[in-house]
Amino acid sequence: MMRRHVIAVLLENESGALSRVSGLFSARGYNIESLTVAATHDPTLSRMTIVTIGTDRVVEQITKQLNKLVDVVRLTDLTEVAFIEREIMMVKARAVDAGREELKRITDIFRGRILDVTDTSYVIELTGDDHKLSAFLDAIGRDNVIEAVRSGATGIARGEKSLKP
Amino acid sequence: MELSGGEILIEALKEEGVEFIFGYPGGAVLHIYDALYEQNSVKHILVRHEQGATHAADGYARATGKPGVVLVTSGPGATNAVTGIATAFMDSIPMVVISGQVQSRFIGSDAFQEVDCVGITRPCVKHNFLVDSLENFAETIKKAFHVATTGRPGPVVVDIPKDFTTPGVTIPFVYPKKVNMRSYSPAEQGHPGQIRKAVDLILAARRPMIYSGGGVVLGDASAQLREFTELLGYPITQTLMGLGAFPASNEQNLGMLGMHGTYEANMAMHDCDVLIAIGARFDDRVTGEIESFCPDAKIVHIDVDPASISKNVTVDVPIVGNVTLVLDAMIALIKDTGRRADPADLAQWWATIRQWASTNCLAYELDDKLIKPQSVVESLWRVTKGDAYITSDVGQHQMWAAQFYGFDKPRHWINSGGLGTMGFGLPAAIGVQLAFPEETVACVTGEASIQMCIQELSTCMQYGTPIKIVNLNNRYMGMVRQWQEFNYDKRYSHSYMDALPDFVKLAESYGHVGMRIDNPADVDKAMEEAFAMKDRLVFMDFQTDQKENVYPMIEAGKGHHEMRLNPARELA
Repeated sequence: MMRRHVIAVLLENESGALSRVSGLFSARGYNIESLTVAATHDPTLSRMTIVTIGTDRVVEQITKQLNKLVDVVRLTDLTEVAFIEREIMMVKARAVDAGREELKRITDIFRGRILDVTDTSYVIELTGDDHKLSAFLDAIGRDNVIEAVRSGATGIARGEKSLKP
Repeated sequence: MELSGGEILIEALKEEGVEFIFGYPGGAVLHIYDALYEQNSVKHILVRHEQGATHAADGYARATGKPGVVLVTSGPGATNAVTGIATAFMDSIPMVVISGQVQSRFIGSDAFQEVDCVGITRPCVKHNFLVDSLENFAETIKKAFHVATTGRPGPVVVDIPKDFTTPGVTIPFVYPKKVNMRSYSPAEQGHPGQIRKAVDLILAARRPMIYSGGGVVLGDASAQLREFTELLGYPITQTLMGLGAFPASNEQNLGMLGMHGTYEANMAMHDCDVLIAIGARFDDRVTGEIESFCPDAKIVHIDVDPASISKNVTVDVPIVGNVTLVLDAMIALIKDTGRRADPADLAQWWATIRQWASTNCLAYELDDKLIKPQSVVESLWRVTKGDAYITSDVGQHQMWAAQFYGFDKPRHWINSGGLGTMGFGLPAAIGVQLAFPEETVACVTGEASIQMCIQELSTCMQYGTPIKIVNLNNRYMGMVRQWQEFNYDKRYSHSYMDALPDFVKLAESYGHVGMRIDNPADVDKAMEEAFAMKDRLVFMDFQTDQKENVYPMIEAGKGHHEMRLNPARELA
């Protein structure tokens, strides 16, 4: 059965490390739904969150192949534990006439923020998981979206569990 | 000691105990070549093409167990090396490739002979480095050797911009004694709980089968494999890469398995109830159709690479660890338990296997007029007393060498199994012969493969490597022809080798000895004559039967129990 997995990876903050990971996915034909990466509080380490879809067997191979990369320090499949997933989205949406007020209202309901205002548009910031961001786009009507940018998911385990080198 | 980058490289190679470096000079490595000029402890072998350098280093590594070392220039030097790097990668061969790069300030500017070597080689190396400062160079080389030779071995590329090797630009040289890499720690000991589970399963088997691969050769675990197999009294088969790890002449050995494996090995795989896979990776040429692979078997899998476990075939008891250590632990535990498989069950299983073996699946029909390629390999075995290092290229001749040269020792069978690289055999033989100047080295090849790196005959002359080339010349790309015969209605599309050179004259033009053998009656004599010339390279061009096929064969989509046997078998 295909399932969505969120994999958190700590890797050496070195040039080329990202392309080793992305190259692995393309070379072995694995799916990438999203991939985010940035340095951590420890500047020698980057932390990556990969969202992928696959059968248990494929995802097991993905984690093993990732672990095999010499630049990868540690990783964990967050979907196997309780975890929090957040993604940030910025949406430039058409905001005219009565729709302006409606858009503001929906943004408030979703706990979004309006970052930029013109006569005809808003730029709205929204944080949440995949479902929430998609639900927001549906709520405001995808036809009203001029432009949308999503960061890709980031994830962290709940409780004491942590991903450390 | 204050050294330049070029000198640091040489000193580091000395520290690593490197005897030979296989290379080809060019602009980006000229500073390094200048440093090489000053010393004698690392001997440089000048090849004629960078592919030859990588295969020669690879052959050296396979025969000795030590890492092969290559030095190439930027751009085409690096890209020419890629085939050899990928060959080493697929067969997990320890190799360190130093490639020159354009000056760091020119990187990304499409400079002359610039190529993104780290990018191009990334998918076919265990790891690679772009050196970013002279200060990091020594440590990077140390890391490269460490990564290449530990865990599941593999090639490592170190790309060094030219400006970091400039003569006169020096820093204090200290070669690190130890490597500290938090992100790299290969498995050693197997998990004791898993080992116990495996031993329980193994001792409860009624129809056991041992399947060993190249990992046993790479891990130098032949002695352990032999003790383990003899202690249990179980049948054993090897992959193409695993030949020699268990003696071919031992009666528990059923020979090679897989696409061109023996009938008895493949049938035993299909019918076994416990399969013990040791340092093997369930490659598609070994498993046949996965759906019908070992349908009744519980599978134990020992491998140093966790990613090999349950990649192609789901296993029941995985053990990740160094194969020598894991086998030692298993042997000790089996002895401790004092238990053995039920002798009646085992005797019955062996009786079944003997029945399969009586099929005599490797038998072929001899001919008065046409030289049978199999008979040439058998003659080679007789004349070299089964004790030579045999390299091969890829195709029918490779399979016949594997089937008919009974390897009793590890590291004596040197071929490109994973990538299947034509052109591998001759340069690989150079590496082997340099490592063991007193030993007999033969390259079993075909007229198609040998032409892919034929230029290395020149290298052989320069360094006096008395390799014996056994060319099974059937004027076809034999394996392609065979598949076209079986699967394409004998439409031999572009598999015929027209306009072949006169190999005798070709060998002679390089200063070697050439022989052409057309008559089956002359095979043994020619072979003896050639091997008597201890200090000469002899190119034996055997004109063989054009229509001979490799049997047995498991065709695409078939299982181990659905082999195609040699129709001539009954006549032999």
